Amino acid sequence: MEFYGVEIASRLLLGTAQYPSPAILADAVRAARAEIVTVSLRRESGRLREGQDFWSLIRNLGIRILPNTAGCHSVKEAVTTAQMAREIFATHWIKLEVIGEVDTLQPDVFGLVEAARILSDDGFAVFPYMTEDLVVAERLIEAGCKVLMPWGAPIGSGQGLNNPFGLRALRAHFPDIPLVVDAGIGLPSHAAAAMELGYDAVLLNTSVAKAGDPVAMARAFAGAVEAGRTAYLAGPMEARDMAAPSTPVFGKPVLAR
Amino acid sequence: MKIIVNGSELDLGVATLAEALEALNYAGAVVATALNGHFVAARARETTRLAHGDKIEIVAPRQGG
Repeated sequence: MEFYGVEIASRLLLGTAQYPSPAILADAVRAARAEIVTVSLRRESGRLREGQDFWSLIRNLGIRILPNTAGCHSVKEAVTTAQMAREIFATHWIKLEVIGEVDTLQPDVFGLVEAARILSDDGFAVFPYMTEDLVVAERLIEAGCKVLMPWGAPIGSGQGLNNPFGLRALRAHFPDIPLVVDAGIGLPSHAAAAMELGYDAVLLNTSVAKAGDPVAMARAFAGAVEAGRTAYLAGPMEARDMAAPSTPVFGKPVLAR
Repeated sequence: MKIIVNGSELDLGVATLAEALEALNYAGAVVATALNGHFVAARARETTRLAHGDKIEIVAPRQGG
């Protein structure tokens, strides 16, 4: 799997927020066998310098950083945040979020396309957090995106894949674009389901960080993602409405009177 | 001169963004900056002059999903 020309082996991308402790975060990243973690930018106090220790922790993990524009509600905010992230994290990768609705944290797809075009033209590799809308996907690709990240369900909701039909349609329409289900995954079975649909990867945070044992849950997700991917490559059977006996009918002894 | 730093109004006797960071104990810290909503690269902080009422944002890496 390639993201913007970079070969990535791990199909589980992990967020770094809401863990019980920095040590548990680090252990969870290792247990997930993640190669990419997402981070954000927030106000720093010159006195408290809270971000500096966090940054040391992340740097010591030695893995690839995908900064986000979380919480941005306008194109201008998202673009400025991306520019700041590029300087701090020394990467042109950006997980682009332009939020349009506060209850669902649904992306503002109009602002998203506009910001994606501005950032792509400025040399960014944009990972857009989007709905599963086919037309929006087309517009994002036209804007320069070479990876798409549709939501499974609202951020932090843990509902799983709310629209499997839409996700399947997106996969079918864009067979050559890396697709990542980002947001809404609550259980390893949700992650496996996304992979079984042929998605290239999943990005999740809350379902691991808020688990009773985040490290064990990270391990469970790693297994589920691998199982789902293997199942997809193995070619799942077609579902059908009627039963079909798996045991041969031919040769069954006649025992009824 | 009144400057808004990360949402708080401060009275600073500085001329440039670099001087403001120095005065506010950010020396050596990994931060990025914006002035009045526009990104200011680290290399431009010394030549970025501040005016009364300017709004500075100073950010650092933080947990994110």
